[in-house]
Amino acid sequence: MALLEIRNVTRRFGDFLAVDDVSLSIGTGEFFTLLGPSGCGKTTLLRMIAGFDAPDGGEIVLDGQSMTDVPPEARNIHTVFQSYALFPHMTVADNIAFPLRMAKCPAADITPRVKEALDDVSLAGMEKRFPHELSGGQRQRVAVARALISRPKLLLLDEPLAALDAKLKERMQLELITLQKEVGITFVYVTHDQEEALALSHRIAVMNKGRVEQLDDPPTIYSFPKNRFVADFIGECNLLDGTVASQAGDAMTLDVPGLGSVRIVGSPGGSPGAAGTLALRPEKVSIGRELPADCANRFHGRVFDYLYTGDVTLYIVEVEGGQRVEVMLPNSAVGRSSKFFEPGDGVQVGWRDDAGHFLPD
Amino acid sequence: MSTRVQKWILSGPPLLYLLVFFAVPVGIMVVASFRYAGEFGGLAPLFGTGDPDEVAGLTVESYQRFFDDRIYLELFAKSFVYAVLTTVACLACAYPLSLMIARSPKKSRDLLVLLVILPFWSNFLIRVYAWMIILGPQSLFTRAFNGLTGAFGLEPMPLLFSPIAVLIGLVYVHLPFMVLPLYANLEKHDPALLDAAQDLGANAWQRFWRITFPLSLPGVYAGAALVFIPALGIFAIPDLLGGTDSMLIGNLVKQQFLDARDWPFGSVLSIVLTAAAILFAGLAAWFGRPKRA
Repeated sequence: MALLEIRNVTRRFGDFLAVDDVSLSIGTGEFFTLLGPSGCGKTTLLRMIAGFDAPDGGEIVLDGQSMTDVPPEARNIHTVFQSYALFPHMTVADNIAFPLRMAKCPAADITPRVKEALDDVSLAGMEKRFPHELSGGQRQRVAVARALISRPKLLLLDEPLAALDAKLKERMQLELITLQKEVGITFVYVTHDQEEALALSHRIAVMNKGRVEQLDDPPTIYSFPKNRFVADFIGECNLLDGTVASQAGDAMTLDVPGLGSVRIVGSPGGSPGAAGTLALRPEKVSIGRELPADCANRFHGRVFDYLYTGDVTLYIVEVEGGQRVEVMLPNSAVGRSSKFFEPGDGVQVGWRDDAGHFLPD
Repeated sequence: MSTRVQKWILSGPPLLYLLVFFAVPVGIMVVASFRYAGEFGGLAPLFGTGDPDEVAGLTVESYQRFFDDRIYLELFAKSFVYAVLTTVACLACAYPLSLMIARSPKKSRDLLVLLVILPFWSNFLIRVYAWMIILGPQSLFTRAFNGLTGAFGLEPMPLLFSPIAVLIGLVYVHLPFMVLPLYANLEKHDPALLDAAQDLGANAWQRFWRITFPLSLPGVYAGAALVFIPALGIFAIPDLLGGTDSMLIGNLVKQQFLDARDWPFGSVLSIVLTAAAILFAGLAAWFGRPKRA
């Protein structure tokens, strides 16, 4: 049985539909992520799970028990807030001990449990520090330790890494994964950062305008986005709009204005005459004066611009018909590291017929 | 320009002001407290002409008088009790009010704060006179009060010219000085802290007692100092609202300077009052010092 059931939950603010008939089922021990742009309803949904907000319709059920009339303090759910919300007048130890004190835990148990919690998040010996004496990463760890110490059934994390710099963010992501495995508590994680969501989650619910657009594991979300929004929101993606020209078995030809005929294999949907979009990841597109033999789709063009990001370079190529295609080239590729294409260079771009994913309109 | 010079230029005017209007008068008062009273008020000369009948020079007799007669220390103790009661009553009234203002929508907060300081727009004495009418024997308030106490079998009693009238006046006059620092503190509290406390299992009372109240202590100390210190030395309210038994230390100081014309003794009383005020301001500053960098 699922640990957390969200059943047809709806929340309105005036005319604005923040959460629109969302149903989700989250299992015990899962690392579940609500991903979406700001205003998509993910934070509203999180606040309703925590109990700070009540749904206008639908129901939230934790472990078989309806949460409708249960106030936040009585829910066995803890939250790591975006601002961490550490109590500034309490030491690290007092902050972490807070949930235990509220639960009337015997004083003799508190000290060893706090020590253990601090060890878990590698903050041993920091008991007497005040929050303002800690770095951002340390505060984040205290917030996590405080939320986990009384072993809630569910831990909610509201963009907990948003305030950290990129390097620290990466380290904290790894720590969160390890910690979640160790404690075995179900995590519901809210973020607008798709890389973070892909890296951390067992399953991701991509939200947009109050609705869940797609619910899948990270590789499925990335490789087989269900619609334009998901394809566009998760990672870089070429979205080539066109009309299906012909279809036979699992192969089809898509006429893309400004580009030409594109052969697609292995993507369901689309009968001749139907409009649709080919979602094509830039890293699946090849670029060069010569292309690998398996590129079923080949187009001539010129480099329009490029974005060098160290490990890879993203080229924007304008093909002869005028359509622009983004191509990602790993800078580690043999013989390519020192030989960049310059804007204006004539090149070929191409991809295998099974490289893209067709999205019917 | 170096920051050092800038510091002196910026702190110069207030420093000069305090020197001329606070430090120098206190110095004059200290000297006056060691002199003899003049025959017709004022002070006797510091340097005598040599006439054996003439009173001149320095003496500690005013201090002896203060410490010899218990009545003065008792009056201090009584003033202290009034000031403490005023501070506690102001805190009890101001805390819920400040909390209500701090948690009301941002738009209405300024208006509510304006309402708190609205009484300052009219003269202090006029407002105290208004209380004489409110507390007068025929007033609706007095009759309602006596009706209420009468229901519990108590004799009707006059409110005006009683210690209760003095306390009501003291609390009324000082309330804004408690509300403003408290509000300024409470308004800055991060609402996420209360969410976090609730999320981690704290009920409404625990959220107040463990989070809001400890974080508001600097505001409580500042408000307490702003109420306690003036309440300790006030004379107008006991004069107008109090009876013959409502004299406080402020009234005695005023009496020594204006009626008894004993400036040295009035100075001694003022010095003790100033010392007490500085002590309490220091305590408030110490307890209210910011603990966070």
